[in-house]
Amino acid sequence: MNFNNVSKRIEKIKFALLSPDEIRKMSQIRVITPDTYDDDGYPIERGLMDLHMGVIEPGLKCATCGGKVDECPGHFGHIELAMPVVHIGFIKEIKSMLDSSCKECGRIKLTDDEINNYRIQIEAMDFSTTDPEIIDMTLKKILEMAAQRSICPHCNAESPKVILDKPTTFREGGIKITPKEIRERLERIPDDDLLFFGIDKASARPEWMILTVLPVPPIDVRPSITLETGERSEDDLTHKLVDIIRISQRLRESRDNGSPQLIIEDLWDLLQYHITTYFDNQTAGIPPARHRSGRALKTLVQRLKGKEGRFRANLSGKRVNFSSRSVISPEPFLSMNEVGIPEIAARELTVPVLINSFNIDKMKEWIKRGTDPRTEDGKYLAGVNYLIRPDGRRIKLTDQNAEINSERIDLGWTVERQMTEGDIVLFNRQPSLHRMSMMAHTVRVLSGMTFRFNLSDCTPYNADFDGDEMNLHVIQSEESRAEARIIMKVQEQIMSPRFGGPIIGAIHDHITSLFLLTHNNPLLSEDDAIHTVSYIEFDKLPEPVIKDGKKYYHGRDIFSLILPKGLNVKFKSHLCAGSKDDKCEYENDPADTYVVITDGKLLHGTIDDEAVGPFSGIIVDKIFRKMGPQAASKFIDNVTRLAVGYLSHRGFSTGIKDYDIPKEAISRIQEISNETLDKIEKLVAAFRSGQLQPLPGRSIEDTLEVEILSATGGVRDESGKIASQYLGLNDPSVIMARSGARAKMLNIAEVAGMVGQQSVRGGRLNRGYANRTLPHFKENDLGAYARGFIKSSYRAGLNPTEYFFHSIGGREGLVDIAVRTSRSGYMQRRLINAFEDLKVDEKRRVEDTIGSVVQFKYGEDGIDPTRSDEGKTVDVDYVAYDEFGDEQ
Amino acid sequence: MSKFNVLEHEIVPEHHLVPVEEEESVLGKLNVTKDDLPKIGINDPTIKALEEIHGKLEPGRIIKIVRKSPTAGYYEYYRVIVKSVI
Repeated sequence: MNFNNVSKRIEKIKFALLSPDEIRKMSQIRVITPDTYDDDGYPIERGLMDLHMGVIEPGLKCATCGGKVDECPGHFGHIELAMPVVHIGFIKEIKSMLDSSCKECGRIKLTDDEINNYRIQIEAMDFSTTDPEIIDMTLKKILEMAAQRSICPHCNAESPKVILDKPTTFREGGIKITPKEIRERLERIPDDDLLFFGIDKASARPEWMILTVLPVPPIDVRPSITLETGERSEDDLTHKLVDIIRISQRLRESRDNGSPQLIIEDLWDLLQYHITTYFDNQTAGIPPARHRSGRALKTLVQRLKGKEGRFRANLSGKRVNFSSRSVISPEPFLSMNEVGIPEIAARELTVPVLINSFNIDKMKEWIKRGTDPRTEDGKYLAGVNYLIRPDGRRIKLTDQNAEINSERIDLGWTVERQMTEGDIVLFNRQPSLHRMSMMAHTVRVLSGMTFRFNLSDCTPYNADFDGDEMNLHVIQSEESRAEARIIMKVQEQIMSPRFGGPIIGAIHDHITSLFLLTHNNPLLSEDDAIHTVSYIEFDKLPEPVIKDGKKYYHGRDIFSLILPKGLNVKFKSHLCAGSKDDKCEYENDPADTYVVITDGKLLHGTIDDEAVGPFSGIIVDKIFRKMGPQAASKFIDNVTRLAVGYLSHRGFSTGIKDYDIPKEAISRIQEISNETLDKIEKLVAAFRSGQLQPLPGRSIEDTLEVEILSATGGVRDESGKIASQYLGLNDPSVIMARSGARAKMLNIAEVAGMVGQQSVRGGRLNRGYANRTLPHFKENDLGAYARGFIKSSYRAGLNPTEYFFHSIGGREGLVDIAVRTSRSGYMQRRLINAFEDLKVDEKRRVEDTIGSVVQFKYGEDGIDPTRSDEGKTVDVDYVAYDEFGDEQ
Repeated sequence: MSKFNVLEHEIVPEHHLVPVEEEESVLGKLNVTKDDLPKIGINDPTIKALEEIHGKLEPGRIIKIVRKSPTAGYYEYYRVIVKSVI
């Protein structure tokens, strides 16, 4: 075990109970008045805001320690309860003690022999090494045995069964046991028997679980706030304490002047209610206490528990400085490593600069500029917001004191300067599901109010621009800046640790654009080519093709401009993915079935999703592996620019007419859809007459459903095929689908051909009204239309019942997503909590914080999936191809 | 009915008892102490099955588990027998 970097180790934690005496001792004042402030706004003596419990108003002094507002830590007070009350947090323990101890003599209901044996057994268990679960189980077993016994082995008294009437009432044979009686019984349990209840006799007594005195927390814990109107608003806890004191007082009066038992009991129950809700206002079985406005009060348990509780909201997670949040929008002319920051944010966010002899003159200059400097032509210049003296005092820089302060700084001072181009920041989008959700970018200060970044970064962040917001953090130390630059920068995160391939690449229109630029190697006129190429940096134009005396350029040659020298790859494009026999139906030249790049020149094939897209991105992958992150990021930047340059010049759009198919196609779809309807009718008829042969392992009903589903599925595929026969690669939607830019051919088939069968939970629609989906159909109609089959296409439009069924199917998708995200989110949270402090050591061994081994070799093979080739250690075939080409 | 042996089930990986003499070299090879090894409860069905072959096993003995691994082909894992957790 390695203790070198452990400063302190927790040896044990002890839980104890506060005794009434202790509560009184730590109390500075007994609170007896249920009021807070008098008419002048001065705290009432012995009230809930008594000055003995601390001060929250400036000017007043604490009556206990004499401290002023920030000096006094606050002190406890106490309330003497008129009658004892059960503590809701110890109900379980009280129940088990009532069950297992004798009501008369208070001994645990075990024979002396048993007591001796078990005592030896328990004392043999070392609490610091034994699994707490084992201790728990042992105690539980013993207590259960004692509870089973109704006659006490010590005094022969009979103890009837105690029933817990949730949440706080105990009954014995139907009669209520008052907290007072419970307390008396618990008092009778001898110290020596406490061991069996899991109580350390040195630190607690069971009767302390019944409250007779209630501690009043310091005012600092429950400060009142003054609204602008001058009205005072008390904390929820104070409200609750007011209730408790009021009822306790009334209970005392009623008891002392001999009111009827019934009234006393009612008040007692009310006191119990108030104290229960004071601890936990979500106790099962009682209505939560409410504010006058109807809002449920936030009492002690609510302060600590759950996502908004102290632990998760204030201790595990905190709000931070030097951060900012804004809407995001795209900017293809930024590098994938950059982020555009609005000026207003750049002026507010600062970087600390420690003054040394190298930067002092420059920083003096910057301080002189003040807080809002610009160049002569109005461009942003970084200024300075704060100066920090060596003694830690902060000086706020203003335009008035800038001149003087610039002369005051010296070595050892720190200057908080505004953001400037090239600063490194962390950029993050929630939910942060993987490490690429938070990457380092370099800053570009831009006009406007949004954060901007290159579109290829959308995939790792899972961002789009429909209103998404993202967070940005400015790094404050030199070490973290270096770390961020080396390991968190976007270009270092191109490879995903999930599957060992690139997760960053061109998306949507960029893929479309490169597809159009390279498919069948189009010729671009000189003007078009020059325009396109003007978006990127390149050495020299490719060799032109001369035709009719005019210069033309090949699309692939233009694309080759952005490929690095020395790159060799051969792979099948997305377009030709399904082609067999090395012949692709979508390419004019059979040689284009494979994308061939030799020494950074695209010779054959079409660039599409497979080449540059995220998740596949073979070209990106190979560049990253062979030439490193810098080259890969440069390539992606160029892809974005080239794609935007070409597509915005060429133009690309789609509309409803792109889905027009000829009449004969429509009638053919009609035909096959009618055939299928007939077939389904026959199946239903066969089912009704009992002639349907069940499939192995299925009932006849299931068989019918399966058959119909496959029939409707078949007809949709068929109609899709017919439709796509008429929609070729000159159709924009088909280009998008075939290149992998967006949508699938299935979606096009739905628009042009037929939408097909709608389903809920994998089966046809069958719910709604009694034995039918809608009143438009006969009961028990198993036909296609009655069960959610849509024969229309989106283009033709859906009839009312079809539209309704489509909405049902669509709703399922939405609900699914909602349920899935919340569930997988919680699962992820548990996984992260379980794994967060595992680490991999120098020997690639996975171990926990105490050095216990989890895996002898990380991932069993010791390979970092980020550096692997899609999970494999090395792709030998590719290395050979890169080295020797096709002849091997 | 013949008694079922968990070790013969196809989804249970091979479990081997490491002889006491070899324990030191195994721990040396892995560069761990016995306390840091992953654990296996003495009431684990596989330990019961191993006891059929080797006789009673005491806590502290080391078990070698050879599993198929999607990343490493075959992977050797070691566990030390501990008193049962439950």
